[in-house]
Amino acid sequence: MSALIHGKTGDWEIVIGMEVHAQVIAHSKLFSGAATDFGAAPNSQVSLVDAAMPGMLPVLNEKCVEQAVKTGLGLNSEINLYSRFDRKNYFYPDLPQGYQISQFQFPIVGKGAVEINLANNETKTIGITRLHLEQDAGKSLHDQHPTKSYVDLNRSGCALMEIVSEPDLRGPEEAVAYLTKLRMILRYLETCDGNFEEGSMRADVNVSVRKVGAPYGTRCEIKNVNSLKAVQLAIEYEAARQVEVIEEGGTIKQETRLWDPVKLETRSMRSKEEAHDYRYFPDPDLLPLVIEQNFVDRIRETLPELPDQKMHRFMNEYGLGVYDSSVLIMERARADFYERAAKGRDPKLTANWVINELLGGLNKDGKSLSESPIAAEQIGELVGLIEDKTISGKIAKDVFAEMMKTGLSPQKIVADQGLQQVTDTGAIEKIVDEVLASNPDNVAAYRAGKDKLFGFFVGQVMKKSQGKANPDAVNELLISKLKAE
Amino acid sequence: MTSDLTRLTIAQALESLRKKEFSAVELVTRHVRKMEQLRPLNAFITETAEQAVAAAAESDARIAKGEMRTLEAIPIAMKDLFCTKDIKTTAGSHILGNFIPPYESTVSQKLMDSGTISIGKANLDEFAMGGSNTTSYYGPVENPWRSEKFPDKKLVPGGSSGGSAAAVAAGVAMAATGTDTGGSTRQPASFCGIVGVKPTYGRCSRWGIVAFASSLDQAGVFAKNVEDSALMLEAMSGHDVKDTTSAPQAVPNFAALLKHDLRGVRVGIPKEYRVDGMPQDIIDVWEKGASLLKDAGAEIVEISLPHTKYAVPTYYIIAPAEASSNLARYDGVRYGLRKEGKDLAETYELTRAEGFGAEVKRRIMIGTYCLSAGYYDAYYTKALKIRRLIANDFTEAFKKCDVILTPTAPSSAFAIGENSDDPIKMYLGDVFTIPASLAGLPGMSIPATLDDQGLPLGLQIISRAWDEVGMFRAAYALEQALNFTAKPALAKVAA
Repeated sequence: MSALIHGKTGDWEIVIGMEVHAQVIAHSKLFSGAATDFGAAPNSQVSLVDAAMPGMLPVLNEKCVEQAVKTGLGLNSEINLYSRFDRKNYFYPDLPQGYQISQFQFPIVGKGAVEINLANNETKTIGITRLHLEQDAGKSLHDQHPTKSYVDLNRSGCALMEIVSEPDLRGPEEAVAYLTKLRMILRYLETCDGNFEEGSMRADVNVSVRKVGAPYGTRCEIKNVNSLKAVQLAIEYEAARQVEVIEEGGTIKQETRLWDPVKLETRSMRSKEEAHDYRYFPDPDLLPLVIEQNFVDRIRETLPELPDQKMHRFMNEYGLGVYDSSVLIMERARADFYERAAKGRDPKLTANWVINELLGGLNKDGKSLSESPIAAEQIGELVGLIEDKTISGKIAKDVFAEMMKTGLSPQKIVADQGLQQVTDTGAIEKIVDEVLASNPDNVAAYRAGKDKLFGFFVGQVMKKSQGKANPDAVNELLISKLKAE
Repeated sequence: MTSDLTRLTIAQALESLRKKEFSAVELVTRHVRKMEQLRPLNAFITETAEQAVAAAAESDARIAKGEMRTLEAIPIAMKDLFCTKDIKTTAGSHILGNFIPPYESTVSQKLMDSGTISIGKANLDEFAMGGSNTTSYYGPVENPWRSEKFPDKKLVPGGSSGGSAAAVAAGVAMAATGTDTGGSTRQPASFCGIVGVKPTYGRCSRWGIVAFASSLDQAGVFAKNVEDSALMLEAMSGHDVKDTTSAPQAVPNFAALLKHDLRGVRVGIPKEYRVDGMPQDIIDVWEKGASLLKDAGAEIVEISLPHTKYAVPTYYIIAPAEASSNLARYDGVRYGLRKEGKDLAETYELTRAEGFGAEVKRRIMIGTYCLSAGYYDAYYTKALKIRRLIANDFTEAFKKCDVILTPTAPSSAFAIGENSDDPIKMYLGDVFTIPASLAGLPGMSIPATLDDQGLPLGLQIISRAWDEVGMFRAAYALEQALNFTAKPALAKVAA
């Protein structure tokens, strides 16, 4: 779907801003020592603070501050040395304190930018408005009992980073590209595992439409958009709905809407008039957060190479194309794997083996790279065997299949099974002679101009050599022998 | 040694225990018995006599082994705002009527570690909101003192720490914990004729104290004299990693430092504290206090705290605002009272309607209003600015003086029920204590005289932040000079 909607009254532009909630990777919660592991038994990771027992006080987890600063740096953002925690007040059973501790007026991270990758190798810069730290709520479970709701507080108090973008995104494709890039950066930084299914990354999408060049329209915030696919569908639906409302003479009300992943529609949750008055005020249990520049500098020194930098380096240093580079940098572990494999080898050839054979094969087996039976160095070794002509590309595929099955090194497989390429021209010549002798009709036909038969002779020779004959030598010998009269 | 163990000071009792003139069990049992005799005061919500006597036996074992701790076996009352492990903690509220904490507050733990023995959880205004101890769900506390003019009228002990103050004044406990948000320790100390101390904000950990207004709440202490209060405060103080608003400040040996002459000390008298309609008795004792300090070698200087008149309204925006949020956790979902409704909203409504008393509801509503969109800047933001100006007033004043002397309260104890229908009048009872609270400064009240009704009046000493030593020195010198020895008769109460 293009970024423009062709309405009855003309073209409409879709304007999108994102609020992404990313759960911070940390061993304990934002203000308590309780563990944060996903999937633990309900209410098994709840401290007295998380349950909001009387007289309990929050104590800021320094690790979470580090992670927020690291993420801010990764998003090319200003780091605010002074920030403050505020209380956002509302009642709900999965919010034990009756308020969420968040950063309203003074977030820890200010303006920044992310470059997203679009089709046709285009890039676009999306502004980051801010990033702030806040507590997650618990989980209400409405399906455990016919008349009661249950509450699981394991998630209550876990640290979230809310990352707010400028309304710079146009259309669902850019929105998906933004989320993909953001997720990649967070995973590179190891500040969030970016798992939509487990809810460690969640997006609220602000959508509005306008005639091209017109001022911004009224936006609606869409919640419960829990996958990249849902983001795309929800934006498409919502933008079309808004255009229809306006073109039929209506106006868009600012409101919060819920994405229904079954009916594939958004519907009104609450209007602006019904919006909560959160009564934000500075949390008197916590002092303002003041960090020092050298704390930021120390974190900056630990930053890994980020996806864009890595992409450019792979293209320059290894001579890889956009596609190969972008596939390899998708995950930091994947890029590292490739670089270990390519060390001292042909980078392009290595990339082919990693992308097409290994990643393809793992994908078929439903495995991730970390579960690969083949180590990066073994892929390198295999490429080396091809490069020094110990085996042909064709034999290499058999060796690779064996490696996937057994995890053995390619050297060992080649040696055990005697798969070394035959480069001894005497031996190859003998086979060539045999083939030509047993196919006199074809030899004659070839010599009469039927060039296509060359492939037939090659195939026969390879077959007789069980694929081990050096193809270059086979070619050379065949050419000279078929020419000879 | 005095024959009545309940008349001893902490310092005297420790000396006698050390000399084995009586046992810890005798000391504690005697106080427990007095607590039982004086139940009509309603000073306690929960009595813990059994645990107290058992702890006293352990104290005797320690004393026998020569392992006596600094406050070994001293019977104290614990304001029922401090969470105490396995002992019901109500905050004076119906909503926490069944709440038994699985944890011990930092301050009560420190006191236990120093050897003190709690004989019970002292009554208080609900969630520490009040100045008369009449808002408690568990009934009003009676002041052990009676007016000579109206001897049949029961009087309030002040509040919010009314039960603690009454217990110490009546000799039921040798000392007690209080909390002080806007005067909740100093004002009842004044009403009950005892010493009450609020340290610098951040001196004691708030961890485990049921929160009222977090930016103002501090643990406080009641004792019979300045030295005892210094001993207690030292045991309660110190940085706590579990409360990030507690300060990493060294704790001086307050009791050892307080006997110090006042030569060269400048005592400020704030002119703005001379409020309209203040009883002559209070003006007189204030002047007497100043002249006694002068006699003791101090220099008396007039100072100005120009924003004083805004302190009470500022406090009654900030404290309710914080309280409205702090009390949101009492929703009937996880602990405490729960009144089942037909849906979630009704359950909240029924639970909180029944669980909270009128004064708490009033403050939640005031606080919610002040923080609401459209009113926030006019009330809350403005109050924060004035709070800063009030703090600046003190900073300026302390360039000219070292401690400040003021009356503690604008009146002596009044009758139970009086002022109850006039919250503003009740709120003005904290007019002299609130400014130091807003500025986070230490302040203490010492008993100074009896007024024309024979009721105690206190004087307040305020010092710079973290200068409790200076405060204690001035208070000790004043205490020596005033030589206040009156005790409540208790005849009416015990009858």
